[in-house]
Amino acid sequence: MSEPILVLSHLSKSFGALQATDDVSLDLRPGEIHALIGPNGAGKSTLIKQIAGEIRPDSGSVTFEGQAIDDLGPADRARLGLARSFQVSSVVPGFTVLQNVMLAVQGASGASFRFFRPALSDRNLTAPALFHIQQSGLEGRAAVKAADLAHGERRRLEIAMALAMRPRAFLLDEPMAGMGTEGARDLTAILEELKVEAPILLVEHDMDAVFALADRISVLVYGRVIATGTVDEIRANPEVRRSYLGEEA
Amino acid sequence: MRLTGAVPNFLVFAALIAVAVIADLTGNPYIVTLATKVAIFGLAGVGLNLALGYGGLVSFGHAAFFGLGGYVAAILASHAASGAPVVTFPFTMMGTNEMLAIWPFAILVAGFAALVIGALSLRTTGVYFIMVTLAFAQMLYYFAISWPTYGGEDGLSFYVRNTFSGANTFAPLQFFGICAAVLGITMILVALLTQSRFGLALRAAKENETRVIASGIKPFAIRLTAFVLSGMVAGLAGALFADLNRFVSPAMLSWHMSGEIMIFVILGGVGRLAGPVAGAAVFIALEYLLGPVSDHWQALLGLMLILIVLFAPKGLMGLALGRRGHV
Repeated sequence: MSEPILVLSHLSKSFGALQATDDVSLDLRPGEIHALIGPNGAGKSTLIKQIAGEIRPDSGSVTFEGQAIDDLGPADRARLGLARSFQVSSVVPGFTVLQNVMLAVQGASGASFRFFRPALSDRNLTAPALFHIQQSGLEGRAAVKAADLAHGERRRLEIAMALAMRPRAFLLDEPMAGMGTEGARDLTAILEELKVEAPILLVEHDMDAVFALADRISVLVYGRVIATGTVDEIRANPEVRRSYLGEEA
Repeated sequence: MRLTGAVPNFLVFAALIAVAVIADLTGNPYIVTLATKVAIFGLAGVGLNLALGYGGLVSFGHAAFFGLGGYVAAILASHAASGAPVVTFPFTMMGTNEMLAIWPFAILVAGFAALVIGALSLRTTGVYFIMVTLAFAQMLYYFAISWPTYGGEDGLSFYVRNTFSGANTFAPLQFFGICAAVLGITMILVALLTQSRFGLALRAAKENETRVIASGIKPFAIRLTAFVLSGMVAGLAGALFADLNRFVSPAMLSWHMSGEIMIFVILGGVGRLAGPVAGAAVFIALEYLLGPVSDHWQALLGLMLILIVLFAPKGLMGLALGRRGHV
């Protein structure tokens, strides 16, 4: 039960002279929200990209459900159940909400090479898609083009797509970015529900949300994890206060 | 909604048939031949549209597949006429003048070429993809020019149009009927394809590759499949074009041809099922009406293309339909 789902061990990545990820080890355990915080440029997104397989680390290893996934590309990692959302909303703008979520259902099913049956009349796609749309608070918006959605709704659409991946772990890169206070509060409630489906590795700037949601927090500064612990431990950690939380005071 | 989307496509197809039938009844076989040309070029465009319109793969080398299909038809037909086998090793293969036997060969050869060219060129994107596809097509063009066995620069004639059981392929309307039927069936298949799971992934990869990958789908495999299918359709069109003229030449493989097929798609409407057919119809109508007036009729075509790209990026069909219906 407490066997971690995702383990990063000694990941390092540099771009020229810039050490973006410096010997990072952390894990994600079942049922938890593990928040990753740190100042801008701390290497949070670079780390997420290494977990998702979009960039390769220089050294170190990523283990997902007991399996080393270092040799897998991003599509294969997604198929294994590593569901990702993006810092800047990434949906298919010309597709409806329903088609976007159907795409994720289809990806998880692994059956994209079907050529004749109209996808929109394939209940194996539409039924789960509609369920996840409702689950993400987008009911009634299924026929709307993603390009016409409000910002907050597009965030929800990404959540619906992540859910449709039948995820074993979520990688959420700043899901609250650009949302108003009310939107952030709604999304906080949704993340609480997501956590029931699968543990979440959450990169987030909104400190209120992080402190309200996270079970554990890791603080990343200049590519290094300077502390990992519970909310209270992190709040009390003098190094964290100095190098990060202090900045905002 | 799907019905209203299909109606304009059907109307374009029906108009083409009407023109051919009326022209035949009023004793204008030349117009029937022009309509046949529209059906064939439209078919090539429908093929390219699969890659370009739905997949966002701007291939500037589809003449390769069109020309290969044409050469397969002409080579098989010329061997059927001469009685000499096409190959004797590792097995003996004779020529044929039966369209139903020629088409699968044309489709397979074009498809195989598309597999090889696609597997290499799809590793690039944007302007590099355009250039690599162009380069491959030009390679085949120069190969055809320098291969004397099948006419080299002069091209290859065969004097009797290939046969289709139950039809007299020399009657212009009957040959038109064959071409139009092939076009109609292909359009139905492409319509199904673009609405299928495969089509969903293909269209999504055009708009947002990152998202497709994050959904666990590999865009390369999807695109390569679309490119091969696209090349197959162009190859079939090439085989019909060879039969229309009873002649093939390296010009079918040249970049002018690639450009023309691309013009049909852009003129008619990128990513719209009957767009390339409408585009080919306008192209051939302009050539027919203005060609005799001035050798420079293509200047007008160029002007039209510029206006379309600037003011009606959805092509003539998009213009005619306004903001309605997309498929």
